[in-house]
Amino acid sequence: MKIAFTTKGTEWDSMMDPRFGRTEFILMFDEEKDELVNFDNRSIEGEAHGAGPKTAQQLLEMKPDVLITGNGPGGNASSVLEQSGTKIFVGAGQMTAKKAYDAYKKNELKAF
Amino acid sequence: MKIAIASGKGGTGKTTLSVNLAAFISENDKVVLCDLDVEEPNSGLFIKGELIHEEEKFKMVPKWVPDKCTLCGLCQEVCNFNAVIKLEKQIMVFPDLCHTCYACSELCPEEALPMVPVKMGELKHFQLNNISFIESHLDVGREQAVPLISQTIEYVEANFDKDTIKLYDSPPGTSCPVIEATKEVDFVILITEPTPFGFHDVKLAIETVKKMHKKFGVVINRYGIGNDDVLKYCKDNDIPLLAKIPNDRFIAELYSSGELIYTKVPEVKKQLKNIYDYILKLKENNKV
Repeated sequence: MKIAFTTKGTEWDSMMDPRFGRTEFILMFDEEKDELVNFDNRSIEGEAHGAGPKTAQQLLEMKPDVLITGNGPGGNASSVLEQSGTKIFVGAGQMTAKKAYDAYKKNELKAF
Repeated sequence: MKIAIASGKGGTGKTTLSVNLAAFISENDKVVLCDLDVEEPNSGLFIKGELIHEEEKFKMVPKWVPDKCTLCGLCQEVCNFNAVIKLEKQIMVFPDLCHTCYACSELCPEEALPMVPVKMGELKHFQLNNISFIESHLDVGREQAVPLISQTIEYVEANFDKDTIKLYDSPPGTSCPVIEATKEVDFVILITEPTPFGFHDVKLAIETVKKMHKKFGVVINRYGIGNDDVLKYCKDNDIPLLAKIPNDRFIAELYSSGELIYTKVPEVKKQLKNIYDYILKLKENNKV
Protein backbone atom coordinates (compact mmCIF):
# COMPACT_ATOMS: atom_id res chain seq x y z
CA MET A 1 0.00 0.00 0.00
CA LYS A 2 1.12 3.55 -0.78
CA ILE A 3 -0.19 6.14 1.65
CA ALA A 4 -0.02 9.89 0.96
CA PHE A 5 -0.20 12.66 3.58
CA THR A 6 -0.67 16.43 3.23
CA THR A 7 2.08 17.84 5.46
CA LYS A 8 4.04 20.93 6.43
CA GLY A 9 7.38 19.12 6.23
CA THR A 10 9.22 16.10 4.89
CA GLU A 11 9.64 13.90 8.02
CA TRP A 12 7.45 11.51 9.96
CA ASP A 13 7.54 14.09 12.78
CA SER A 14 6.30 16.89 10.50
CA MET A 15 2.88 18.30 11.24
CA MET A 16 0.06 17.49 8.89
CA ASP A 17 -1.20 20.36 6.71
CA PRO A 18 -4.98 20.49 7.20
CA ARG A 19 -5.40 22.03 3.73
CA PHE A 20 -5.51 19.83 0.67
CA GLY A 21 -5.08 22.14 -2.34
CA ARG A 22 -2.59 24.44 -0.65
CA THR A 23 -0.68 21.80 1.30
CA GLU A 24 3.03 22.58 1.53
CA PHE A 25 4.22 19.01 0.95
CA ILE A 26 2.84 15.66 -0.08
CA LEU A 27 4.53 12.92 1.93
CA MET A 28 4.14 9.36 0.66
CA PHE A 29 4.93 6.16 2.52
CA ASP A 30 5.36 2.95 0.54
CA GLU A 31 4.62 0.17 3.03
CA GLU A 32 6.11 -2.62 0.86
CA LYS A 33 9.40 -0.83 0.25
CA ASP A 34 9.34 0.83 3.72
CA GLU A 35 10.25 4.07 1.95
CA LEU A 36 9.19 7.65 2.66
CA VAL A 37 9.26 10.10 -0.29
CA ASN A 38 8.01 13.67 -0.54
CA PHE A 39 6.86 16.18 -3.11
CA ASP A 40 7.49 19.89 -2.49
CA ASN A 41 4.17 21.58 -3.30
CA ARG A 42 5.08 25.03 -1.97
CA SER A 43 4.96 26.66 -5.42
CA ILE A 44 1.15 26.35 -5.08
CA GLU A 45 1.29 29.51 -2.95
CA GLY A 46 1.74 31.51 -6.17
CA GLU A 47 -1.41 30.08 -7.75
CA ALA A 48 -4.31 32.48 -7.33
CA HIS A 49 -6.83 30.00 -8.70
CA GLY A 50 -7.32 26.27 -8.97
CA ALA A 51 -4.93 25.08 -6.27
CA GLY A 52 -7.24 22.13 -5.56
CA PRO A 53 -7.30 20.54 -9.04
CA LYS A 54 -3.57 21.20 -9.47
CA THR A 55 -2.57 19.45 -6.24
CA ALA A 56 -5.04 16.64 -7.02
CA GLN A 57 -3.38 16.16 -10.39
CA GLN A 58 0.05 15.97 -8.73
CA LEU A 59 -1.26 13.48 -6.20
CA LEU A 60 -2.72 11.26 -8.94
CA GLU A 61 0.67 11.15 -10.64
CA MET A 62 2.13 9.70 -7.42
CA LYS A 63 -0.55 6.96 -7.54
CA PRO A 64 -1.22 6.47 -3.83
CA ASP A 65 -3.80 3.92 -2.65
CA VAL A 66 -4.77 6.09 0.31
CA LEU A 67 -4.74 9.86 1.00
CA ILE A 68 -4.73 11.14 4.58
CA THR A 69 -5.46 14.84 5.03
CA GLY A 70 -7.15 17.35 7.32
CA ASN A 71 -10.21 19.27 6.19
CA GLY A 72 -10.64 17.25 3.04
CA PRO A 73 -10.46 18.31 -0.61
CA GLY A 74 -12.96 20.80 -2.04
CA GLY A 75 -15.35 20.20 -4.92
CA ASN A 76 -12.96 20.73 -7.83
CA ALA A 77 -10.18 18.64 -6.27
CA SER A 78 -12.65 15.90 -5.36
CA SER A 79 -13.83 15.59 -8.94
CA VAL A 80 -10.21 15.00 -9.99
CA LEU A 81 -9.56 12.52 -7.18
CA GLU A 82 -12.70 10.61 -8.13
CA GLN A 83 -10.94 9.66 -11.35
CA SER A 84 -8.65 7.39 -9.33
CA GLY A 85 -9.38 4.69 -6.81
CA THR A 86 -7.57 6.58 -4.04
CA LYS A 87 -9.35 6.24 -0.71
CA ILE A 88 -9.47 9.50 1.26
CA PHE A 89 -9.39 9.85 5.04
CA VAL A 90 -9.82 13.20 6.81
CA GLY A 91 -9.59 14.74 10.27
CA ALA A 92 -5.83 14.33 10.70
CA GLY A 93 -5.05 18.04 10.34
CA GLN A 94 -3.68 18.58 13.86
CA MET A 95 -1.41 15.51 14.11
CA THR A 96 2.12 14.67 13.01
CA ALA A 97 2.32 12.47 9.94
CA LYS A 98 3.38 9.55 12.15
CA LYS A 99 0.39 10.00 14.48
CA ALA A 100 -1.88 10.30 11.44
CA TYR A 101 -0.49 7.05 10.06
CA ASP A 102 -1.01 5.27 13.40
CA ALA A 103 -4.56 6.63 13.63
CA TYR A 104 -5.27 5.38 10.11
CA LYS A 105 -3.89 1.93 11.00
CA LYS A 106 -6.18 1.81 14.03
CA ASN A 107 -9.18 2.80 11.87
CA GLU A 108 -9.57 6.02 13.84
CA LEU A 109 -9.83 8.36 10.83
CA LYS A 110 -12.99 9.31 9.06
CA ALA A 111 -13.45 8.24 5.44
CA PHE A 112 -14.18 11.23 3.14
CA MET B 1 -22.17 59.97 -18.20
CA LYS B 2 -21.31 56.88 -16.16
CA ILE B 3 -21.05 57.02 -12.39
CA ALA B 4 -20.14 54.08 -10.18
CA ILE B 5 -21.27 53.96 -6.58
CA ALA B 6 -18.71 51.88 -4.75
CA SER B 7 -17.22 51.37 -1.29
CA GLY B 8 -14.48 49.41 0.30
CA LYS B 9 -16.57 48.09 3.14
CA GLY B 10 -19.84 46.32 2.53
CA GLY B 11 -23.05 47.64 4.05
CA THR B 12 -22.08 51.32 3.97
CA GLY B 13 -25.04 52.40 1.85
CA LYS B 14 -24.21 51.82 -1.83
CA THR B 15 -27.70 50.63 -2.63
CA THR B 16 -29.39 53.21 -0.39
CA LEU B 17 -27.53 55.97 -2.20
CA SER B 18 -27.97 54.42 -5.66
CA VAL B 19 -31.73 53.98 -5.50
CA ASN B 20 -32.42 57.28 -3.78
CA LEU B 21 -30.13 59.22 -6.11
CA ALA B 22 -31.69 57.54 -9.15
CA ALA B 23 -35.20 58.36 -7.95
CA PHE B 24 -34.19 61.93 -7.11
CA ILE B 25 -32.61 62.51 -10.53
CA SER B 26 -35.63 60.94 -12.24
CA GLU B 27 -37.78 63.83 -10.99
CA ASN B 28 -35.94 66.01 -13.52
CA ASP B 29 -34.30 63.77 -16.05
CA LYS B 30 -34.04 60.29 -17.52
CA VAL B 31 -31.66 58.11 -15.55
CA VAL B 32 -30.31 54.56 -15.76
CA LEU B 33 -29.79 52.59 -12.57
CA CYS B 34 -27.81 49.41 -13.06
CA ASP B 35 -27.21 46.94 -10.23
CA LEU B 36 -23.80 45.38 -10.87
CA ASP B 37 -23.59 43.59 -7.54
CA VAL B 38 -24.60 40.49 -9.47
CA GLU B 39 -23.88 38.12 -6.60
CA GLU B 40 -26.39 39.91 -4.42
CA PRO B 41 -28.39 42.46 -6.39
CA ASN B 42 -30.79 44.35 -4.11
CA SER B 43 -31.58 47.68 -5.77
CA GLY B 44 -34.64 45.90 -7.13
CA LEU B 45 -36.09 45.76 -3.62
CA PHE B 46 -36.59 49.52 -3.82
CA ILE B 47 -37.26 50.12 -7.50
CA LYS B 48 -40.22 48.14 -8.77
CA GLY B 49 -40.90 48.87 -12.40
CA GLU B 50 -42.45 47.12 -15.35
CA LEU B 51 -40.34 44.30 -16.76
CA ILE B 52 -39.64 45.21 -20.37
CA HIS B 53 -36.84 42.81 -21.26
CA GLU B 54 -35.03 39.79 -19.87
CA GLU B 55 -32.34 37.54 -21.22
CA GLU B 56 -30.15 34.65 -20.11
CA LYS B 57 -26.42 35.35 -20.01
CA PHE B 58 -23.72 32.90 -20.98
CA LYS B 59 -19.96 32.66 -20.83
CA MET B 60 -17.78 30.62 -23.14
CA VAL B 61 -15.72 27.72 -21.78
CA PRO B 62 -13.78 24.91 -23.47
CA LYS B 63 -15.34 21.48 -23.85
CA TRP B 64 -13.09 18.47 -24.24
CA VAL B 65 -13.57 16.27 -27.32
CA PRO B 66 -11.90 12.94 -26.38
CA ASP B 67 -11.81 11.52 -29.91
CA LYS B 68 -9.68 14.37 -31.22
CA CYS B 69 -7.34 14.73 -28.20
CA THR B 70 -3.79 13.31 -28.21
CA LEU B 71 -3.19 14.25 -24.54
CA CYS B 72 -0.24 16.46 -25.50
CA GLY B 73 -0.93 18.66 -22.45
CA LEU B 74 -0.44 22.02 -24.17
CA CYS B 75 -3.89 23.18 -22.95
CA GLN B 76 -2.86 22.71 -19.35
CA GLU B 77 0.46 24.47 -19.90
CA VAL B 78 -1.15 27.63 -21.26
CA CYS B 79 -3.93 27.85 -18.67
CA ASN B 80 -3.11 30.41 -15.99
CA PHE B 81 -6.00 29.39 -13.77
CA ASN B 82 -5.70 25.58 -13.53
CA ALA B 83 -9.06 25.39 -15.26
CA VAL B 84 -7.78 22.68 -17.62
CA ILE B 85 -6.10 19.69 -16.02
CA LYS B 86 -4.50 16.79 -17.89
CA LEU B 87 -4.80 13.42 -16.18
CA GLU B 88 -3.43 10.08 -17.35
CA LYS B 89 -6.21 9.39 -19.82
CA GLN B 90 -8.31 12.52 -19.93
CA ILE B 91 -8.56 16.29 -19.83
CA MET B 92 -10.75 17.82 -17.13
CA VAL B 93 -12.22 21.31 -17.54
CA PHE B 94 -13.39 23.42 -14.59
CA PRO B 95 -15.83 25.99 -16.00
CA ASP B 96 -15.87 28.07 -12.81
CA LEU B 97 -12.10 28.51 -12.88
CA CYS B 98 -12.08 29.35 -16.60
CA HIS B 99 -11.56 33.05 -17.42
CA THR B 100 -12.64 32.62 -21.07
CA CYS B 101 -9.24 33.59 -22.50
CA TYR B 102 -9.56 31.02 -25.33
CA ALA B 103 -5.82 30.12 -25.09
CA CYS B 104 -6.32 26.36 -24.67
CA SER B 105 -8.98 26.26 -27.34
CA GLU B 106 -7.09 28.34 -29.92
CA LEU B 107 -3.71 26.69 -29.32
CA CYS B 108 -4.91 23.07 -29.27
CA PRO B 109 -3.31 21.50 -32.38
CA GLU B 110 -6.14 18.96 -32.66
CA GLU B 111 -9.03 21.39 -32.09
CA ALA B 112 -10.11 19.16 -29.24
CA LEU B 113 -11.26 22.01 -26.97
CA PRO B 114 -13.98 23.95 -28.80
CA MET B 115 -15.54 26.79 -26.81
CA VAL B 116 -19.16 26.30 -25.81
CA PRO B 117 -21.58 28.56 -23.89
CA VAL B 118 -22.54 27.85 -20.27
CA LYS B 119 -25.31 29.81 -18.58
CA MET B 120 -24.12 32.06 -15.76
CA GLY B 121 -27.13 34.22 -14.97
CA GLU B 122 -29.95 36.47 -16.08
CA LEU B 123 -30.34 40.13 -16.94
CA LYS B 124 -33.58 42.03 -16.40
CA HIS B 125 -34.59 45.47 -17.59
CA PHE B 126 -37.40 47.34 -15.83
CA GLN B 127 -38.93 50.73 -16.49
CA LEU B 128 -40.39 52.97 -13.77
CA ASN B 129 -41.28 56.45 -15.04
CA ASN B 130 -37.93 58.10 -15.84
CA ILE B 131 -35.85 55.29 -14.33
CA SER B 132 -34.52 52.48 -16.49
CA PHE B 133 -33.46 49.83 -14.05
CA ILE B 134 -31.19 46.99 -15.14
CA GLU B 135 -30.05 44.20 -12.88
CA SER B 136 -28.23 40.94 -13.40
CA HIS B 137 -28.33 37.94 -11.16
CA LEU B 138 -25.51 35.40 -11.05
CA ASP B 139 -26.79 31.83 -10.82
CA VAL B 140 -26.30 30.12 -7.46
CA GLY B 141 -23.09 28.10 -7.47
CA ARG B 142 -21.34 30.21 -10.12
CA GLU B 143 -18.08 31.64 -8.86
CA GLN B 144 -17.26 34.37 -11.32
CA ALA B 145 -19.08 37.68 -11.25
CA VAL B 146 -16.81 39.50 -13.71
CA PRO B 147 -18.11 38.13 -17.05
CA LEU B 148 -21.71 38.85 -16.05
CA ILE B 149 -20.82 42.37 -14.87
CA SER B 150 -19.04 43.02 -18.14
CA GLN B 151 -21.99 41.78 -20.24
CA THR B 152 -24.44 43.81 -18.16
CA ILE B 153 -22.43 46.98 -18.80
CA GLU B 154 -22.38 46.10 -22.52
CA TYR B 155 -26.18 45.89 -22.47
CA VAL B 156 -26.46 49.32 -20.84
CA GLU B 157 -23.99 50.89 -23.27
CA ALA B 158 -25.83 49.43 -26.25
CA ASN B 159 -29.27 50.57 -25.13
CA PHE B 160 -28.74 54.10 -23.80
CA ASP B 161 -27.04 57.09 -25.31
CA LYS B 162 -23.83 58.61 -24.02
CA ASP B 163 -25.39 61.63 -22.34
CA THR B 164 -27.84 59.73 -20.14
CA ILE B 165 -26.77 59.63 -16.51
CA LYS B 166 -26.03 56.03 -15.63
CA LEU B 167 -25.58 54.95 -12.02
CA TYR B 168 -23.71 51.69 -11.48
CA ASP B 169 -24.44 50.20 -8.06
CA SER B 170 -21.15 48.30 -7.66
CA PRO B 171 -20.13 45.24 -5.64
CA PRO B 172 -18.30 45.85 -2.34
CA GLY B 173 -14.58 45.40 -1.82
CA THR B 174 -11.65 46.24 -4.08
CA SER B 175 -11.21 43.03 -6.07
CA CYS B 176 -11.94 42.02 -9.69
CA PRO B 177 -15.73 42.59 -9.66
CA VAL B 178 -15.31 46.20 -8.47
CA ILE B 179 -12.56 46.85 -11.01
CA GLU B 180 -14.85 45.54 -13.76
CA ALA B 181 -17.77 47.67 -12.58
CA THR B 182 -15.73 50.88 -12.34
CA LYS B 183 -13.10 50.66 -15.06
CA GLU B 184 -15.04 52.49 -17.78
CA VAL B 185 -16.90 55.06 -15.65
CA ASP B 186 -16.41 58.83 -15.71
CA PHE B 187 -16.69 59.21 -11.95
CA VAL B 188 -16.73 57.08 -8.82
CA ILE B 189 -18.73 57.93 -5.70
CA LEU B 190 -17.18 56.16 -2.72
CA ILE B 191 -19.60 55.83 0.15
CA THR B 192 -18.34 55.07 3.63
CA GLU B 193 -19.28 55.36 7.26
CA PRO B 194 -17.20 57.41 9.70
CA THR B 195 -15.99 54.46 11.77
CA PRO B 196 -12.45 53.02 12.01
CA PHE B 197 -13.56 50.06 9.88
CA GLY B 198 -15.20 52.30 7.28
CA PHE B 199 -12.16 54.57 7.25
CA HIS B 200 -9.76 51.65 6.77
CA ASP B 201 -11.71 50.25 3.85
CA VAL B 202 -12.44 53.54 2.12
CA LYS B 203 -8.69 54.17 2.07
CA LEU B 204 -8.26 50.88 0.20
CA ALA B 205 -11.01 51.94 -2.21
CA ILE B 206 -9.40 55.36 -2.68
CA GLU B 207 -6.04 53.75 -3.46
CA THR B 208 -7.77 51.50 -5.97
CA VAL B 209 -9.59 54.24 -7.87
CA LYS B 210 -6.46 56.41 -7.82
CA LYS B 211 -4.51 53.59 -9.45
CA MET B 212 -7.24 53.40 -12.09
CA HIS B 213 -6.88 57.18 -12.67
CA LYS B 214 -10.54 57.76 -11.93
CA LYS B 215 -12.09 60.99 -10.74
CA PHE B 216 -13.87 60.33 -7.48
CA GLY B 217 -15.55 61.85 -4.46
CA VAL B 218 -16.61 60.61 -1.04
CA VAL B 219 -20.03 60.44 0.59
CA ILE B 220 -20.21 59.85 4.33
CA ASN B 221 -23.21 57.82 5.39
CA ARG B 222 -24.47 57.55 8.97
CA TYR B 223 -22.76 60.85 9.65
CA GLY B 224 -22.65 61.52 13.39
CA ILE B 225 -21.37 58.15 14.58
CA GLY B 226 -17.70 57.19 14.92
CA ASN B 227 -15.11 59.93 14.54
CA ASP B 228 -13.77 62.61 12.19
CA ASP B 229 -11.00 60.53 10.57
CA VAL B 230 -12.71 60.25 7.17
CA LEU B 231 -13.53 63.97 7.11
CA LYS B 232 -9.97 64.88 8.03
CA TYR B 233 -8.49 62.44 5.52
CA CYS B 234 -10.60 63.88 2.68
CA LYS B 235 -9.63 67.42 3.66
CA ASP B 236 -5.92 66.64 3.96
CA ASN B 237 -5.88 64.86 0.60
CA ASP B 238 -8.09 67.31 -1.33
CA ILE B 239 -10.75 64.68 -1.92
CA PRO B 240 -14.16 66.17 -2.69
CA LEU B 241 -16.68 65.41 0.05
CA LEU B 242 -19.94 65.23 -1.89
CA ALA B 243 -22.46 64.69 0.88
CA LYS B 244 -23.06 63.71 4.48
CA ILE B 245 -26.09 61.53 5.09
CA PRO B 246 -27.11 61.75 8.75
CA ASN B 247 -27.29 58.77 11.09
CA ASP B 248 -30.97 58.42 11.86
CA ARG B 249 -32.97 55.46 13.07
CA PHE B 250 -35.92 56.59 10.94
CA ILE B 251 -33.75 56.16 7.80
CA ALA B 252 -32.94 52.58 8.81
CA GLU B 253 -36.64 51.91 9.39
CA LEU B 254 -37.57 53.21 5.94
CA TYR B 255 -34.77 51.19 4.36
CA SER B 256 -35.80 48.00 6.06
CA SER B 257 -39.35 48.37 4.75
CA GLY B 258 -38.04 48.82 1.21
CA GLU B 259 -38.93 52.50 0.99
CA LEU B 260 -37.12 55.45 -0.51
CA ILE B 261 -35.68 57.82 2.06
CA TYR B 262 -35.25 61.23 0.51
CA THR B 263 -38.98 61.74 0.02
CA LYS B 264 -39.44 61.54 3.79
CA VAL B 265 -36.21 62.97 5.17
CA PRO B 266 -35.60 66.53 3.91
CA GLU B 267 -31.95 66.51 4.97
CA VAL B 268 -31.30 63.47 2.73
CA LYS B 269 -32.99 65.23 -0.19
CA LYS B 270 -30.70 68.21 0.38
CA GLN B 271 -27.62 65.97 0.38
CA LEU B 272 -28.76 64.20 -2.80
CA LYS B 273 -29.19 67.59 -4.45
CA ASN B 274 -25.56 68.38 -3.58
CA ILE B 275 -24.48 65.19 -5.34
CA TYR B 276 -26.74 65.81 -8.33
CA ASP B 277 -25.41 69.35 -8.71
CA TYR B 278 -21.88 67.98 -8.61
CA ILE B 279 -22.76 65.44 -11.32
CA LEU B 280 -24.33 68.13 -13.51
CA LYS B 281 -21.20 70.24 -13.17
CA LEU B 282 -19.04 67.24 -14.12
CA LYS B 283 -21.29 66.58 -17.09
CA GLU B 284 -20.94 70.16 -18.22
CA ASN B 285 -17.14 70.01 -17.90
CA ASN B 286 -16.99 66.70 -19.75
CA LYS B 287 -18.66 68.26 -22.77
CA VAL B 288 -15.97 70.91 -23.13
